[in-house]
Amino acid sequence: MRLDPRLPIPRNESLLLGAIGFFAFLGLWSGIAASGFVPRSFLPAPWEVADRFTHLLTNTFAGFTLPQHLASSFGRYAMGFGLAAVIGIPLGLMMGWFRWLDDMVTPVFDALRFIAPIAWVPFAALWFGTGIGGPIMIIFSGAFPPCVINAYRGARYVERHLIEAAEMLGTRSFRMITEVLLPASIPSIVAGLRVAAGLGWQSLVGAELIVASSGVGYMMVQGQSAVSTTTVVAGMVAIGIIGVLIDVALRAFERGVRRARGLD
Amino acid sequence: MSRRSLIGLATVGALLVLWYVLTMVTGTINTGRFPSPDDVWVAAGQIVAKGYANGRLHIHILHSLKLVAMGFLFAISVGVPLGLLMGWSRRAEALINPIFLVIRPIPPLAWIPLAILWLGLGDAAKIMVIFFAAFVPAVINTYTGVRNIATPIIEAARMLGTPRLALVSEVLVPAAMPSIFTGLRLALQASWTTLVAAELVGAVAGLGRILNVAQQDLYPGMILFAMIWVAILGWSTTKLLAIAEQRALPWVQVRG
Repeated sequence: MRLDPRLPIPRNESLLLGAIGFFAFLGLWSGIAASGFVPRSFLPAPWEVADRFTHLLTNTFAGFTLPQHLASSFGRYAMGFGLAAVIGIPLGLMMGWFRWLDDMVTPVFDALRFIAPIAWVPFAALWFGTGIGGPIMIIFSGAFPPCVINAYRGARYVERHLIEAAEMLGTRSFRMITEVLLPASIPSIVAGLRVAAGLGWQSLVGAELIVASSGVGYMMVQGQSAVSTTTVVAGMVAIGIIGVLIDVALRAFERGVRRARGLD
Repeated sequence: MSRRSLIGLATVGALLVLWYVLTMVTGTINTGRFPSPDDVWVAAGQIVAKGYANGRLHIHILHSLKLVAMGFLFAISVGVPLGLLMGWSRRAEALINPIFLVIRPIPPLAWIPLAILWLGLGDAAKIMVIFFAAFVPAVINTYTGVRNIATPIIEAARMLGTPRLALVSEVLVPAAMPSIFTGLRLALQASWTTLVAAELVGAVAGLGRILNVAQQDLYPGMILFAMIWVAILGWSTTKLLAIAEQRALPWVQVRG
């Protein structure tokens, strides 16, 4: 008798149930859309979204084609995320080494943490404009905290005997950070980068909904004003796909790093 | 007071003094771009007494709080039971997971345009967006909590013929509680972020609405004042949840 229903079920059964679930979802969606109970402009059918998606691949909407919008989004994203990593990781490592810096920065950081990244939008627009600078600042504010926190944690949990050995050999602060703390914290930093990538992607979408003149978020806002539900849903699909690709890439990177370290 | 909190306090104090000096004494920072303490004070006085962006401060705060509370409660009252079900039964998990895998990669903020198309700029659209933001962490963490319960506990309960309802209320929920609370904390944070974003895109009242109008009016004092309130509300609701967690799980060390 199966006392614990949490135990694995046969693979075939699990695949079958998964297929039933997926097709029930698609069927329900198509059924409601095709039945005419709700206007098509309100709930387009799955095939209409797919049509719109392929249409947007080669035709312009809101000034650009979907790949161009995505490229513009991705450019901003890479810059905001890169900036967060380049500033956040050294700051976190330094906070992990210098006690006074930790004591100074942590309270300020804790206070700022509760401001949702998206609440920076008005200042971002005021300081850097709505073209490329504003959205970059929002992505930065989303991706920055996990970069700092994980570098800091990594540096704080470096094994004592490594630090003591380096100190015995007369290592100064700068080399201690670059040659002891940094290499020892890499797994923690990479885990932080993955969290940061997700938060940054989410912030990018928010930023583009409010301040941008290109990008996939902007395309969705324009689709919304034009009451083109298919464009909006096609945008959501594109955002979801890129989000998954970013996560898959970073997961592979993390696995590679962990394996190179002999951690897995 | 510890050395650590003294240094922290001194840093915050020094930053405030620096802010005052740079904006009001030397004028190094252009107050058209970042407000002086005086500007924030004036903005605070204006919105508290006369109102700004369709209402006085307490109207906006209550409006935002109400929407977060409704969206959050709605999301967890669907998400936690669903997480329990998916954690409990492999079959239910296999059936529901594909739908979940489609919804999960879509960032909550990406629902905003669709919510506006479906429900307009009113409260219902905000609740829908908060629902999608808070739902996912509530499900995932409840699910993980149930999955991590040791098998002997489940087997013992079933061997003793525990009725279904009692199994959920006496075994699954208490054992998964720490993980469920983690989910609630993440769900609450997500609720605030998405609410502010949704209100920035379009709303009749709320903190995001203040930010939006202040941005159009180029009114840095009001922008900063609204941001401070975003932080205060986010902090205090998180604190409230931590207190509830401490009450519910006295044996767990809750991180502030």
